[in-house]
Amino acid sequence: MAALSGQRRLERRWGLLMAVPAILGFLIFTAGPMVASLGLSLTDWQVGGTPSFVGTGNYTALADDELFWKSLSATTYYTLGAVPLSLIVAFVVAMLLNQRVRGLPVWRTIFYLPTLVPAIANVVLWIWIFNPDFGLLNSLLRQGGLPTGMWIYDENLAVPSLIIMSTWAFGNTMVIFLAGLQGVPQHLYEAVSVDGGGPWHRFRHVTVPMMTPTIFYNLVVGVIGTFQVFNQAYVMTEGGPNNATLFYVYYLFRKAFRESEMGYASALAWVLFMIIMVVTFMMFRNARRWVYYEMAGGR
Amino acid sequence: MRSRGRILLYLALVAGAVPTLLPFVWLLRSALMQDAQMFIAPPQWIPDPFQWSNFTDALTAQPFGRYFFNTVVIAVISVIGTVLTCSIAAFSFSRLRWRGRNVVFAVLLSSVMLPYAVTLIPTFVMWQELGLLNTIAPLTVPSWFAGAGGGVLNVFLLRQFFLTIPFELDEAAYIDGASPWRVFWMVVMPLSKPAIVVVTIFTFIGTWNDFLGPLLYLNDEEKYTLSIGLASFQSIYITQWGYLMAASAAVIAPIIALFFFLQRYFIEGVTLTGIKN
Repeated sequence: MAALSGQRRLERRWGLLMAVPAILGFLIFTAGPMVASLGLSLTDWQVGGTPSFVGTGNYTALADDELFWKSLSATTYYTLGAVPLSLIVAFVVAMLLNQRVRGLPVWRTIFYLPTLVPAIANVVLWIWIFNPDFGLLNSLLRQGGLPTGMWIYDENLAVPSLIIMSTWAFGNTMVIFLAGLQGVPQHLYEAVSVDGGGPWHRFRHVTVPMMTPTIFYNLVVGVIGTFQVFNQAYVMTEGGPNNATLFYVYYLFRKAFRESEMGYASALAWVLFMIIMVVTFMMFRNARRWVYYEMAGGR
Repeated sequence: MRSRGRILLYLALVAGAVPTLLPFVWLLRSALMQDAQMFIAPPQWIPDPFQWSNFTDALTAQPFGRYFFNTVVIAVISVIGTVLTCSIAAFSFSRLRWRGRNVVFAVLLSSVMLPYAVTLIPTFVMWQELGLLNTIAPLTVPSWFAGAGGGVLNVFLLRQFFLTIPFELDEAAYIDGASPWRVFWMVVMPLSKPAIVVVTIFTFIGTWNDFLGPLLYLNDEEKYTLSIGLASFQSIYITQWGYLMAASAAVIAPIIALFFFLQRYFIEGVTLTGIKN
């Protein structure tokens, strides 16, 4: 007994000590900057100048900033296209791979490979694929006698082009779906079969409900990540053509590090934070209606 | 009936695999082609002749060796820092009982949801004030604070893993007079290799692929990482597709090689982060 209470004392003393790096990291690199950026967003600070307090001036200026609205709609458009599309593709492929496919590791590797391509190499590769004259896409279309496009150089096609590009790398989502599918209890499928249900019933009444938590996880992670898209706008399109791909974080980057308007850019950052909070909150609220959580034996 | 279904299944898989692999084929054939052959319609798929010099020319046109070295240095420092400090924190949050532990952990975990853009500007200003712009400090130091920011996910992952190790082992060690540090280092860590490998791989890849960080903090060309090196190469050789594809292929290759060696851990790691609820 004495040994145990000695252990408890040791745990208490060392516990906080060993958490110190993580707590400091949180204060220095997360909480501190968060508060600071809120403070900055209430000033008109430009690099090299002295900041003065402007209250909510930056936020009201945002409402009249055409480019802000443009960036918001471009990013929303991209997110609404890219997230559902890659969820569907990843789910379908995961379903196929879950059918006791022979050579599963090989197939899985094939579909996972695009995820491994470093962001910038990916961007450079796709600039070449989208090349209107000699790129892969137009070459194939031309050979098939189909109409070609200007892709990222066409105001109306630029965002859809980037959606296609992002869907190529659906590997992470697929692997998570596959793990989820493998965790669906077999006896549920058997129960449906005993009741005379076919493949559609098994899919509709077992697979889909059992997979809703995984779908929900991929949805939330996908939306939060996709909304912060940056590299494509920076390297491929520079926000163009005609601001069609002026994605939010790219606009923020330009304001902060090209035009040195740190105060204004901080306001942009906080608005982004609020948007993501609200959207996430709404997704969680909405989840109650369609996400199935097993009640029995839950933690 | 059944075999027809199987055939359809494999046909569907092939139909998915072709567009997935096509960009890689396109990348490789372009990397090995002379420019003249690339501009022939309909497109040619087999380089004739194989222009291996694209690789040597592209990789010597800019100091890619230097970029490679810089990237490895940053990646190694970040990986060591992340693995060490995240494990220590995860140990405290999973196996040591102290007051306020769960609240502190919940607060730390909440930072995963925070968009990186929110902390970007003040963090940049902080490094500027410290006079550490154009050094690797902004890119490496945060990882020594439990991978600050998004790195908290690593703490979570390690903690989940630590919780599966029997607590009797700790108690036995304490009775033998061990300190918590000793329990951490001699009992828990040696049993946690799979989780450590996963964190190592994902931190390494994250650093390898990072673009915005080096773009913001590194100005001198000699300090460039592969990511910004390739971006600057792209802006110079904008129409030299053979060079661009060769350089891209060279940047992609190490990661794919790593994947083939450590495939199991990759898949496990993705699965671990996905099945957290």
